[in-house]
Amino acid sequence: MGTLDTYFVPALDGVAWGLLLFVAAAGLTLLFGIGGVLNIAHGTLFALGGYLAATVSDGSWSTAILGMVVATVGGTLGGAVLAAGTLPLAERGHLPQALLTFGLALVGGDILSTIYGGDPHPVVIPSSVSGTMHIFGHVYPTYRLMFIVVASVLALAGTYVLGRTRAGALLRAAADDRDMVGAMGYAPWRVHAALCGAAGALAGLAGGLGAPIIGPAPDAADKVLMLSMVVIVLGRPGSVAGAFFAAIAVGEIETVGVTISSNWAPYLLFGLMALALVGRTFRGSADSAGAAGVAGAHA
Amino acid sequence: MSTPTSSATSNTSPASSPASTDAATPAATASGIPAVLASRRVRIGVPSAALAVLLLIAPSTFDGYGISLLSKALALGVLAVSVSVLAGFAGLPTMGQAAPFLVGAYTAGVLGTHGHTIGAVQLLCGTLTGAGFAAATGLVAVRTRGVAFLMTTLALGELTVTAAGEWRSLTGGTDGLYGIPPIQPLPGLATLSSDRDVYWFVLISTVVIVAIAWRVLRSPVGKLLLASRDHEARLRSAGHPVTRYQWIAYTAAGALAGFGGVLMCTVNAYVSPDDGSFSNSALVLLAVVLGGATSPLGALLGAGLIVATRDWLAGPFPGHGPLLLGLMFIVAVYALPEGVAGIRFRTPAGTRFRMPKRRGDPA
Repeated sequence: MGTLDTYFVPALDGVAWGLLLFVAAAGLTLLFGIGGVLNIAHGTLFALGGYLAATVSDGSWSTAILGMVVATVGGTLGGAVLAAGTLPLAERGHLPQALLTFGLALVGGDILSTIYGGDPHPVVIPSSVSGTMHIFGHVYPTYRLMFIVVASVLALAGTYVLGRTRAGALLRAAADDRDMVGAMGYAPWRVHAALCGAAGALAGLAGGLGAPIIGPAPDAADKVLMLSMVVIVLGRPGSVAGAFFAAIAVGEIETVGVTISSNWAPYLLFGLMALALVGRTFRGSADSAGAAGVAGAHA
Repeated sequence: MSTPTSSATSNTSPASSPASTDAATPAATASGIPAVLASRRVRIGVPSAALAVLLLIAPSTFDGYGISLLSKALALGVLAVSVSVLAGFAGLPTMGQAAPFLVGAYTAGVLGTHGHTIGAVQLLCGTLTGAGFAAATGLVAVRTRGVAFLMTTLALGELTVTAAGEWRSLTGGTDGLYGIPPIQPLPGLATLSSDRDVYWFVLISTVVIVAIAWRVLRSPVGKLLLASRDHEARLRSAGHPVTRYQWIAYTAAGALAGFGGVLMCTVNAYVSPDDGSFSNSALVLLAVVLGGATSPLGALLGAGLIVATRDWLAGPFPGHGPLLLGLMFIVAVYALPEGVAGIRFRTPAGTRFRMPKRRGDPA
């Protein structure tokens, strides 16, 4: 009971952090697993959302909600830039796209730091959720609890859209066989644009929602990008459910893991990522039909 | 056996394009006559001569800052050559080549702070540790292909940076290793006291190592690597141990990167985990793209162009180096398809989207 008590708050933090990573990584895993774009600029879109939300919200509920909307729209527009940039490169493989998005990330990061400066931007959240509350005898920030609820709803909604709607079915079909989706009459560039827009919107929304947890700062983009990469590799690129569990696991490693052993937790993330990649490769080469098991080697 | 077809010759051409913007004087005389430009000897020779002249007159014309930038560009250039070996020749585009570079740099830094200040010894040890690091990590890395390789090397790079930040007793943690004393190139020679001395040491070391790399890549070894890049399945069925070739290439590239790391440590007299960052790995990949994937000389020029853009051209706009670099990435991707094409995995012409995968296909 005593140990459970010690780790309760870190574990809850891990859930919040994991859900934040999930919302951020969901866009990346869709774009990478389905669209075949390794988007290095994803963290920049996240930071953009955070900055926009921080600029718009002034502590009232209406501006807070407006902030989320602005962050999502900003992310979507960023995704549109990405779509326009990567579409001509669709035939040239992963590397040119990765280099292009890295260039966009550098340019975007420079623009953001020019506008907003190098210091972290504090975010004013509505006073009714800025305090703390008691949960099972522990004091916990109200905003994070609300975030856990909101992000869970988002995760459920995302799973529903992808798994139960026509648009989701189209995206899943595009992941399996883009030529066939094209033959069905859906212009490939529209599918690509929709993917980039959705991924950007998710990144922007994650940035806006997560701004009070990981404040919009120049290094937030890199951190979110790297952790999202770990999440999508652990959860298999293109798999939203996999990304969900991987994100929660990464969140727990980043909080509970660091509480237990601050020396070893940092290695665990990228170590697991490398193990997952290599393990899948071996398994992929072991069974004859398993070439698709080579992690993320879509497109 | 199976020789690479057109790719080996076509990829050397972009080497001339960055050179003409970088060092214009001798290249300008030849640029008017297309027939002259078509000659392979002119395309390689003129940029080489221009580069040689620039490197030789630089110490007497540049100030201290310019000279140390040039030294930095050379050290980064050696790293770029190692990426060219992997990405261009072996078909393994890496996003973590800054990791063996970091290992080499720390080797030099730790040796230096413990009183071992002979440059040749540091270079040898850094090369060996870089090679050892790559040999160990390569056992897992070369078994992946395509994006999985990209991601595996990225993970390995991040692990190395994390380890460098955590292993405080050896590396000084995230503060880095500072107070590294200047080196003597060889026992009995004078200590390198000025930027100019360091530059000559770095230049000579770079020329030696790049010449060795170039010679090896010109030999049948280079042809085997190109073949394993372009026709992996065919080479395997001809009985070649392709995975072992790739592991050897990975190890050799690690040795080169370690060598470059020692040079970087000599120039900066400081090592921190940042030297192994993801952005360094991506920058040298850009250098290789700019220089044409299979051209060591082009990789050197690309590294020079990047350092010049980031640290010298961005001088009038302080803090906006990333913007210029980012624009360079974007322009390079669109304007230098040949440079990028040298790296990408070959797909049959006319396939607009993903090919159905067959076992043994390289991604």
